[in-house]
Amino acid sequence: MTEKTILEIAGLYKRFGAFTALHSIDLEVYEGEFLTIVGPSGSGKTTLIRLFVGMDEPTDGTIWLRGRRIDTVPANQRPTCMVFQSLALFPHMTVGRNIEFPLKISGVDAATRRQRALDLLDLLHLPREYYDKRIHQCSGGERQRVALARALAFDPEILFFDEPLSALDYRLRKTLEKELKDLHARTGKTFVYITHSLEEAMVMSDRIAIMRAGRFEQIGPADEIYSRPASRFVAEFMGEVNLFPVQADDDGAVRADGLALDPGVAERLGLKAGAAGMLMVRPENVTMVNGSGAAEPGPAPEITVGGHLRAEYNLGSRLQYEVEGPSGQRLTVETLREGRFGGSPGDAVTLGWTLDRCHLIHGE
Amino acid sequence: MERLDRRLGALTATPMLVLLAVTFLAPLIVVAAFSVMPSKVFSLWHQPDFSAYAELLRQGYWKSLAWSLGMALASTAILLVLCWPLAFAMAKVYRRFTLILTVGVVMSLFVSENIRLFGWVLTLMKGGLIEGYVRHLTGVGFDSLLYNVPIIVFGLVYVYLPFMLFPLAQGISMVPDDARQAAADLGASRARILWEVEVPLAAPGIVVGCLLTFVLATGAVAESKLLGGQVVVVIADEVETAFTYGQDWPLGSALAMVLIAIVGTIAVIGVNRVDLDAIMGRRR
Repeated sequence: MTEKTILEIAGLYKRFGAFTALHSIDLEVYEGEFLTIVGPSGSGKTTLIRLFVGMDEPTDGTIWLRGRRIDTVPANQRPTCMVFQSLALFPHMTVGRNIEFPLKISGVDAATRRQRALDLLDLLHLPREYYDKRIHQCSGGERQRVALARALAFDPEILFFDEPLSALDYRLRKTLEKELKDLHARTGKTFVYITHSLEEAMVMSDRIAIMRAGRFEQIGPADEIYSRPASRFVAEFMGEVNLFPVQADDDGAVRADGLALDPGVAERLGLKAGAAGMLMVRPENVTMVNGSGAAEPGPAPEITVGGHLRAEYNLGSRLQYEVEGPSGQRLTVETLREGRFGGSPGDAVTLGWTLDRCHLIHGE
Repeated sequence: MERLDRRLGALTATPMLVLLAVTFLAPLIVVAAFSVMPSKVFSLWHQPDFSAYAELLRQGYWKSLAWSLGMALASTAILLVLCWPLAFAMAKVYRRFTLILTVGVVMSLFVSENIRLFGWVLTLMKGGLIEGYVRHLTGVGFDSLLYNVPIIVFGLVYVYLPFMLFPLAQGISMVPDDARQAAADLGASRARILWEVEVPLAAPGIVVGCLLTFVLATGAVAESKLLGGQVVVVIADEVETAFTYGQDWPLGSALAMVLIAIVGTIAVIGVNRVDLDAIMGRRR
């Protein structure tokens, strides 16, 4: 699959005094995709998006939009648009006038403006009566939709989002996440979304870019980021994870503390002689058996580790177990409710998984 | 409990209400009563005949009223344009420098208005600071810069600047930064942002600033006397003359009532147009 690039960023730097907020950012955004930039607060993601829409100027580097250099173009002349974290709706205007604002600026006549605003209300599942409502009469979710409608009325080449859902309660957020994804599919526009919430990113995105301290750690499809993280940071950022240090001696023999590897598995790990790495396995890919290990349904584990059960937590749809590993580390196992493990705290347990369910992170 | 609180509130407000009634409302009522009395009487025990209002129409007092309102309007308009960038800077740009600016502007209020205006007289008069130095340096002198209408308006602008600046800065500080940024992001030029976003959102500050300066400038008398040398006679001056030199209290009262009616109407209209709660820091 060859994607067409719509936005190309090369060697982007942003410094505030002695502090470097963005460190040589390179990024390609593809036509029509939903790209989410995820990072903890302070990772520079808001700074980055402000450079994209022109609210700030880069210290160095270039931004190209469909072959046109835009990093020197002022915000009001860029064909991009952003949905703010605060939404930034105009409190002195009605819903209708908010949505019509970009059309009014570009000189569209009143009748066409009104029709377009009503169409957008339909698109965002808002009743047409909202046209004359005032912003402060709208609920949080409704304001969200008005902000989206206003941005869509601008008809931007790329629509940027700066954590617009972060202020909403959990259920509304979940609903709007799905609506956003649906809206993306229906409009066919390119969406670039920033958030600190991994869940949000996973639900909506085609691709995810993980940001840390002003650099990208990894960019790729959501599945790849989740199951094949490029670094320990990404692995841990993307949810609960079990990590085991592994090392290959110069003669190729693999040492992995506490892990029992089936014959032939060590060679298939892909660890080069003399190199070190981290073996990563997600809690839901681990099966747990009592003591020496009674037969479990499914494929036989190829890698096992012993430990002691510490606690059981009820997560609603799933159950989580905390297990103390051989060197005292905290390991996590998750199963569906139906797969409840009958043991009690203190029991000796064996955790196991197959080679294709774990991933080797090189380095460290 | 709540009812007790309310009663205590009314009770604690009583001294202030009495004070306001005695010092503010009572003189107003006396003036209103005098304005309907026959000409040149000094007590309220006469048959009201409204002759002072008729006199007011016959004589050329409307001219003074027009000058006062016109110059007040001009100075308010000039102040609005002049103070906007300054207020914007105070509210949005240099946050730390704002205190120094505030102290600087407020400090000018520490010196009496008359003394400050005399300072300008000394600066602008023939043989004063400006003309004197120019003549000394070039040998060519010119006439006094005083005694014309523009210099009166200049005086009004100079004296009432703080009354426009601070409400305006307060109003502009109520314009959220992200609303301005969003407008720019949606393609609005600087001028469109000013007109579509900043002015409507700063409206309470604009109205308060304009009302303060307009009302004060309409009643101003020192500027036209000192800087204008009475090239025009303002309405406040006429009121003063009627009470003192003219010894016609009903006429002075009638003039005052007309002025109060005009300015009061404008103030009520202005205040009704905007949400004053917003500028007092209460959120809608």
